[in-house]
Amino acid sequence: MLNTKDILETIRMIEDENLDIRTITMGISLLDCADSDIHRSCDKVYDKICRLAERLVPVGCEIENMYGIPIINKRISVTPISLLTAVSGGNPVEYAKTLERCVNTVGVNFIGGYSALVHKGFSAGDRELIESIPEALSVTDHVCSSVNIGSTKAGINMDAVGMMGKVILESARLTKDKNCMGAAKIVVFCNAPEDNPFMAGAFHGIGEPDCEINVGVSGPGVVRSALTKCPDGDLSEVADIIKKTAFKITRMGQLVGTEASSRLGVPFGIVDLSLAPTPAIGDSVAHIIEEMGIEVCGAHGTTAALALLNDAVKKGGVMASSHVGGLSGAFIPVSEDAGMIDAARSGDLSIEKLEAMTAVCSVGLDMIVIPGDTPPSTISAIIADEAAIGMVNSKTTAVRVVPAIGKKDGEELEFGGLFGSGPIMKLHNDRSSEKFINRGGRIPAPMQSLKN
Amino acid sequence: MKAVVTVVGRDTVGILAKVSSVCAENNANVLDVTQSVMQDLFTMVMLLDISDITSDFSGLQTALYALGDTIGMKIHVMHEDIFNSMHHI
Repeated sequence: MLNTKDILETIRMIEDENLDIRTITMGISLLDCADSDIHRSCDKVYDKICRLAERLVPVGCEIENMYGIPIINKRISVTPISLLTAVSGGNPVEYAKTLERCVNTVGVNFIGGYSALVHKGFSAGDRELIESIPEALSVTDHVCSSVNIGSTKAGINMDAVGMMGKVILESARLTKDKNCMGAAKIVVFCNAPEDNPFMAGAFHGIGEPDCEINVGVSGPGVVRSALTKCPDGDLSEVADIIKKTAFKITRMGQLVGTEASSRLGVPFGIVDLSLAPTPAIGDSVAHIIEEMGIEVCGAHGTTAALALLNDAVKKGGVMASSHVGGLSGAFIPVSEDAGMIDAARSGDLSIEKLEAMTAVCSVGLDMIVIPGDTPPSTISAIIADEAAIGMVNSKTTAVRVVPAIGKKDGEELEFGGLFGSGPIMKLHNDRSSEKFINRGGRIPAPMQSLKN
Repeated sequence: MKAVVTVVGRDTVGILAKVSSVCAENNANVLDVTQSVMQDLFTMVMLLDISDITSDFSGLQTALYALGDTIGMKIHVMHEDIFNSMHHI
């Protein structure tokens, strides 16, 4: 039997502590849409997405009302478009425009999958797609792009890393009148998951079913609030509280995912055990770290606190869901987290510290505004460093940095909505990495890859 | 199918009666009621069987939310599964 305390706790979490389902993401395979004629291919893509996702938004809203839990975004992820361009040839931007039309028709918030997987090398369509990313992101508003440049099994494709520095810079340049938004919609991955429901890195991997529902949960505010009730407990108690809270959050994700999948008649994929912040006050991962006893996120001890948090979220969440996947862990996107924004503004949080933090949490250097005059080779070197952490530690890492074109030191970029806003973060070391990046080739897969 | 109705706000006369009337108008059967008043804060949790309601789920929600606005109470109507899944293993 339900008890009043539990019922009121759930309502308080939703009303006061920003508990929500961040996203229901429908993964759609487009492999059967590939056609040697790009126009026919685009038509098939449009028809398939609109057919399968037609009811996604209304069903999301029905579930929202029924359970009283906000579902912030409804999204679509598709097969990496480079696989379609490999067959059709032509200008890949046509696909981006088609995806944007799908967004307008079915009413989702984002569509991800303008992607290429090049961790070991380029195949047909990959280079063309990567080179087209800046244009594709400047002529669309809701299309997201990702490129996987490394993996523990394959090593790091440094030719692709070299390209991505230029692509990010060019994407920011082409959208400089829109706060360089283009660069905020590209993620460069190492060990990209194939069932990730989160943007900008979502794509529908080739091992996935034809169509599925993946769910990403949120809830930093709930975790922080639970911790405030234990101001003097030791860290074992802290970990326990986080686990229990993560369990509850994830159960809700599991419920929403199974309900959406049964209403849409599409298999349920995974719940991403995530702690995804928003710029709203009280919904910050940095504030959880501060609640644990670190004065400001970025101070010494932050990495340890984050490691504890990330591990406890997974331990609590894993029993709550039948299938876990995606990125699963605490996110640290600077511009999307009120506490991180403050710490970056005050200079307490540096990119170097964030890099260390990425070794112990999900994803990587995320939503960081860097100076607009950063050389492309330096952006590539940042990507290489981050990919190396992912490759060696057999985990996903990613880079989503936004060069603030035309902005001066001390200025900020205002992305709006879930993307938030961020101050320009200084790169403390301005020495060149150009020669290293220009060498190209591949960083061989590490010993960790030899598990058989 | 069951729904949980929660009513929170300043205590006044007749809250239970008004909420129950709306439930009855919609043919929702009240299975259980718990209420408490601490200082001036009234809290009520009501479990409803909504298998035979006259309108749909959102119709019942709209009616109860409208009542909440009229009497100045915060009313939530949620499917019981969210609580079961969050608080029971």
